[in-house]
Amino acid sequence: MSILYLLIPISLAIVAIIAAIFLWAVRTGQFEDMEGPAHRILMDDDDPPQKP
Amino acid sequence: MPESAAGQPCYHCGEAIPEGSDYPIRSGEATQSACCRGCQAVAQTIIDSGNADYYRLRTDLPKTPEAALDALKALALYDLPEVQEGFVKNDGAIKDASLILEGIVCAACVWLNERHLRQLPGVVSADINFSTRRARVRWDNTRIKLSQILESIRDIGYHAYPFDTGRQEELFRKERNAAIRRLAIAGLGMMQVMMYALPTYIAGDDGSMPRDIEALMRFASLLLTLPVVFYSAWPFFQGAWRDLRLYRAGMDVPVALGIGAAFAASVYGSFTGSQDVYYDSVVMFVFFLLTGRFLEMNARKRSAEAAETLVKLIPAAAVRLPDYPAARTEEAIGAVRLSPGDFVLVATGATFPSDARVVEGHSSVDESLLTGESRPIPKHPGSEVIGGSHNLGSPLICRVERTGQDTVVSSIVRLLDRALAEKPQLAQTADRIASHFVLALLVVAAGIATYWAVVDPTRAFWITVSVLVVSCPCALGLATPVSLTAALGRLTRIGLLSTRGHALEVLAQATDFVFDKTGTLTDGLFRLREVRILRGDKDQALQLAAALEQGATHPIAAALREAALEGRDSDALPHVQHLAYHPGLGVEGEIDGQRYRLGAPEFAAPGETFSLPEGLTLIALADAQGVLAWFSLGDGLRPHCAELVAQLKGLGVRLHLYSGDRPENVAALARQLGIADARGGMHPQDKLKAVRDLQAAGAVVAMTGDGVNDAPVLAQAQVSIAVDQGAEAAQAAADMILLSSELLRLADGVRIARKTRRIIRQNLAWSVLYNALALPAAAMGLVTPWMAGIGMSASSLLVVLNALRLANHPTHQHPTPQPPTPAQMQPRHESA
Repeated sequence: MSILYLLIPISLAIVAIIAAIFLWAVRTGQFEDMEGPAHRILMDDDDPPQKP
Repeated sequence: MPESAAGQPCYHCGEAIPEGSDYPIRSGEATQSACCRGCQAVAQTIIDSGNADYYRLRTDLPKTPEAALDALKALALYDLPEVQEGFVKNDGAIKDASLILEGIVCAACVWLNERHLRQLPGVVSADINFSTRRARVRWDNTRIKLSQILESIRDIGYHAYPFDTGRQEELFRKERNAAIRRLAIAGLGMMQVMMYALPTYIAGDDGSMPRDIEALMRFASLLLTLPVVFYSAWPFFQGAWRDLRLYRAGMDVPVALGIGAAFAASVYGSFTGSQDVYYDSVVMFVFFLLTGRFLEMNARKRSAEAAETLVKLIPAAAVRLPDYPAARTEEAIGAVRLSPGDFVLVATGATFPSDARVVEGHSSVDESLLTGESRPIPKHPGSEVIGGSHNLGSPLICRVERTGQDTVVSSIVRLLDRALAEKPQLAQTADRIASHFVLALLVVAAGIATYWAVVDPTRAFWITVSVLVVSCPCALGLATPVSLTAALGRLTRIGLLSTRGHALEVLAQATDFVFDKTGTLTDGLFRLREVRILRGDKDQALQLAAALEQGATHPIAAALREAALEGRDSDALPHVQHLAYHPGLGVEGEIDGQRYRLGAPEFAAPGETFSLPEGLTLIALADAQGVLAWFSLGDGLRPHCAELVAQLKGLGVRLHLYSGDRPENVAALARQLGIADARGGMHPQDKLKAVRDLQAAGAVVAMTGDGVNDAPVLAQAQVSIAVDQGAEAAQAAADMILLSSELLRLADGVRIARKTRRIIRQNLAWSVLYNALALPAAAMGLVTPWMAGIGMSASSLLVVLNALRLANHPTHQHPTPQPPTPAQMQPRHESA
């Protein structure tokens, strides 16, 4: 049972990391367009080079 | 190069390639064919910039682009600092603007636009939101101009207009992001706290769980619950505090009390190790409540959007002609600086910067922003045009009539705002009951706490928390306003605008509909009413008549042509030779060697007569042997009139037709439509008296009429609907305005109004039933706090979801006109 003293703090840390990732995603506007990325992933091959 | 490309689909837009056209597109080794110069140029640009994949990836065909529009001048306006002021953010040399993109039909368009923009030298970033069809572009102003960016979007066949994102939009974005963050924190907290709570539930009280492990889990739960209570649930505490300061008992009060008490007790229990903890109940309760609020917020946003779309379509810049009519020097000016009396030039494909009157030029205009239907409306000198509508035909010179807050679009937005702000009786009652309910609940909870403190002090606390949490006044406080908002938004989208808060409620109760005739049921336009054939067949007679009237512009000619062609191309008509016009009488011409006359009976068929109903005009078609056909023309019924009457009757509404027109005309119309109570020759005061009589007999009258002429009668009726079209609409003193030209929307309106009332009643009934069962159960100690949390949240979600059904209520018979999407606003190309 004493392993729980390690596992529970680890689970808390994981939750904290997930929350941080989620908040970052909200802040960078990833929830503003819920449709586009689903299509975009099929098309975005290599980006064209910038013209000089 | 393929020689016979005619008839094949165009490589770019998919339209059939017309005979004799030759517009090749080079694509690597191969050559493709386009249908016109516009498509050729666009496709070549796309392929040359290395984006030929677009043609492989797209799932929808684009509209045909216009060939070589003279729009560069208009685009250059957007480079002026005073024009940019409204919508461009400066960050040193880097500028940042939001663009409305028109013509986006599928994901490949987004891909193409983004890649194309990012290739431009000087563009720092370009991001397109697929859901809203908006682009955000950042560019280095020393290397590229905004007009060049807009032009390069035009090169690949799309249209972009900058728009002012506005404070409201920004505010909503922040609010929505905050709501998502709160929801996410609560959701994560809920999942993990459940993980810690489950072993405790499984172990129960049999001692298989060591005390120290249980304490560890409790403190881990406490740590996770802290952000849920102090961040996610914070709005509930704020709301409760606001209510209490105003000596009101709102919905947030018992919610905040429940969360606060359960959390405080759990913290106490964790430190003393003596009591049960309720962390799982607290986080779950918060999560479900936030879910309900989030759905409600999105519904509100959708309702408001219908109106907001209108304002955004007003362009930022205009071309003024300061010396008109003496000279035609053009001058670029910010649209906000226009004032009434200025003359402006509106190019083909451009948007009218303000309400104006045409002084020069003929064109057609897309007013779908107002009516929800993208039918081009012809405009001539003297016609009024509405700011925000699109010029589809040729350039127009207009005199500005109204600007800024006075424009039709602004008034419509104001009227809708007023309707949303005015709380109808139903919502006021709901608010009052909710407030009493909460007060009563707090008293009952105190009573229950006292009772259990005496009977069984160990259970007193969690029973009180359960009572606070389980009760749900949300059907009253939340679902009624959501239902009304969703219904108003839906009505606006189908083109029936409510201007007063009570309109929806009264429309649902209306027992009698009173119609005016001219301009309401009839459209005041000439139309072919009846054809009587003496020789030959009807189609042939119509073809001949239309061919003879081909070049004429008077209303009779237009009505005949319209009836004969039914939207087909005029090339199908037979060829006429030796055409001769006899002003005031008719027209004469030769078709396939036969001589025909079309016109007034005394001209085309002297000596022959034909009896016709009152109020119609008779036209004869004759050849050398005599009359072939009689056409009677008159003021036509608006489309779907009969269907509207049938549908309203089906809804159990009594119909009346009160008109100032000649009694025999009114009677004929009423017979045709099946309206029993029809009276003609009425003055406004007669109508007023008739409506009063109906009301004295207990009827709830909905008056449908012309907003200006019928104003007193409209005011007398319990709910009035103006069916004016165009510019006067917003000035009408009616409770509702039919902006759509589709009369059936009235029946849809009644249906939506009744459904709203039904849904509000369902929600109230559910709320009463739920509380009648849950409150006593909680008071008796049968409901633990976590059950109470689930019960209350599920009940809230149920009423909100029930209310949201209104937002998607289907319209009857005809495809629902969507709010003007940019794609619809795209002018259709006439193949040159």
